[in-house]
Amino acid sequence: MPDIYLDNNATTKVDRAVVDAMIPYFTEQFGNPSSIHRFADGVARAIKKARSQVQELLGAEHDSEIIFTSCGTESDSTAILSAIKAQPNRKEIITTAVEHPAILNLVDHLEKEGYTIHRMPVDKCGRLNLEAYKNLLSDQVAIVSVMWANNETGTIFPVEKMAEMANAAGVMFHTDAVQAVGKIPMMLQDTKIDMLSLSGHKLHAPKGIGVLYLRRGTRYRPLLRGGHQERGRRAGTENTASIVGLGVACDLAMQHMEFENTQVKAMRDRLEQGIIEQIPHCFVTGDLNNRLPNTTDIAFEYIEGEAILMLLNKAGIAASSGSACTSGSLEPSHVMRAMDIPYTAAHGTIRFSFSRYNSMSEVDEVLKVMPSIVATLRKLSPYWDSVNNTPVADPEQAFQPTYA
Amino acid sequence: MWDYSDKVKDHFFNPKNAGAVEGANAIGEVGSISCGDALRLTLKVNEDSEIIEDAGFQTFGCGSAIASSSVLTEIIKGLTLDEALKVTNQDIAAELDGLPPEKMHCSVMGREALQAAVANYRGEEWKDDHEEGALVCKCFAIDAVMIEEMVWANKLRTVEDVTNFTKAGGGCAACHEDIEAILEKVLKERGETFDPNAAPIEKVEAKAEKKPLTNLQRIKKIEEVIMSFRPQLMADGGDVELVEVVDKTAYVNMTGACNGCQMSSMTIAGIQQRLMEVMGEFIKVVPASQMPAAGLVNIKEAGHA
Repeated sequence: MPDIYLDNNATTKVDRAVVDAMIPYFTEQFGNPSSIHRFADGVARAIKKARSQVQELLGAEHDSEIIFTSCGTESDSTAILSAIKAQPNRKEIITTAVEHPAILNLVDHLEKEGYTIHRMPVDKCGRLNLEAYKNLLSDQVAIVSVMWANNETGTIFPVEKMAEMANAAGVMFHTDAVQAVGKIPMMLQDTKIDMLSLSGHKLHAPKGIGVLYLRRGTRYRPLLRGGHQERGRRAGTENTASIVGLGVACDLAMQHMEFENTQVKAMRDRLEQGIIEQIPHCFVTGDLNNRLPNTTDIAFEYIEGEAILMLLNKAGIAASSGSACTSGSLEPSHVMRAMDIPYTAAHGTIRFSFSRYNSMSEVDEVLKVMPSIVATLRKLSPYWDSVNNTPVADPEQAFQPTYA
Repeated sequence: MWDYSDKVKDHFFNPKNAGAVEGANAIGEVGSISCGDALRLTLKVNEDSEIIEDAGFQTFGCGSAIASSSVLTEIIKGLTLDEALKVTNQDIAAELDGLPPEKMHCSVMGREALQAAVANYRGEEWKDDHEEGALVCKCFAIDAVMIEEMVWANKLRTVEDVTNFTKAGGGCAACHEDIEAILEKVLKERGETFDPNAAPIEKVEAKAEKKPLTNLQRIKKIEEVIMSFRPQLMADGGDVELVEVVDKTAYVNMTGACNGCQMSSMTIAGIQQRLMEVMGEFIKVVPASQMPAAGLVNIKEAGHA
């Protein structure tokens, strides 16, 4: 069996149709879209088409609300830095404790520069308290930035409602929708969302292309100043081939939206149920009733995630983990910590994320190998009683190592 | 994913001596579930000869933690306790053909479990002597706690000070922003302000111990260190020679298989690390091809003179 790729929240395979659409913009139509000769005559038109394809997927009112960037991180940085530059008297930012590092590391940095950062906590299922959110909104807040869907657990935040609350309080609202675009139907023109980030490589377009949606009329300051590209809102020669590719990818995402929410979801559910039934002492993290259709994050207690990934990799299966070791830090994922997942489980979380390229037979293959992988590692674990095949009684008591 | 050596993978996929040894009379438990690494080492020690007759491990941790535990049990079986105590974490890492810098703490954990087990056998109490922080310098595997302690203890003021005392920041330099943040924090606690242009402080202890080297002595010593790398390189069909020393920069020629090979930058980093250890000062090792033109002329003239 060929290798099985279940790490689609990390990145996705570029769709063949996307690659085919891109090739001419490297070879024949390689001109600068700002030029007027025949090497460029189709390029500006192709970008215009791609812009309308993105507009369509997002349900934006105008195509000029779509600004092409280099990645999701650039879109996030542009949005937040724009809001604070445009409103220099507002010194507070509201976000959540479970955002992507593209947001969290940026606001940590702004905190050092004197901004007050409100990082809203989540409950054990990864949900926000909207009452508490309401109390934070004030005329001191420059921007609210809340992710549409969490990259680790797939948990969906009520961003449309939160944007309305922000709007009512006169506060700008940005959402990092990198994981949500293409999986959740959107109609931005009916919302109060002012800015939205998306990343091409999460929806079968190439890496190195992103979008910032900027609602018409939202006060804005560019991150990159220079040429007139993107109407002067993001200077720099257009990444033409990737823009064309992203347009096609958005088209395909529209066509597969229903498939994503039925077939892909069915694969995810079968894997999740199979694992929970077959393997003791594991549980699904996040808000189970309100998740992306393609994501499941399962905590395997008393073993460590990187070790699980290495054995999965050996079996030809790709997934990812929230363990400390996979990132080189000492703490497990901030998302797991924010949900108060115990350390015995947080280090053993594995995220399986599907795409339309996966199949049920792949799910069965994972279900075949997963129980023995977990059993192998538990045999090595000081927190596991191999004789009785249960965790040692009161693991925190039975094994109390010297802190090293 | 990490770039693990084949030996790490082998010990992970086929761990040796997994599980607790029956009738163990020396048990060492180290690590912490919060950090995602914990290890219980069980030994059976012959009470007459103090030879470790059997060793077993139980590890909660990543691939390299399990591999380090496994290789540790292989190394120490058959050794006496005193011999086993001489095993360093570098020995463990070397036996695995190296570990990524972020993972060196796995080998440290192995050595600590061994110390704890021996202490347990001898009825002593073993105390961990260091706290571990977030990794700052990836070139030399130096963490934030270590840097902060050194900044406090030695009243360090600049990034260069930190590099001179801990090696942190002496490689790729990408962590200088983080080191500055630590300096800012500690200096603030001391009631001072961080000035990136402050003059570096003298390394007092090194001076007190011995007289400063003459220029010639210093260059000879640098050459000695570089020569010590030759047998290893020649075995791989390469070679290295010292070309020139200008202030804190040593220019070297890498030849043969080393020249242009991917390993050459790693080798240079290794030489630089050893040089700094031996010389007790910050020294940068640079390929002679990157020597400023004026320096080249000088050498040529000196050679023909």
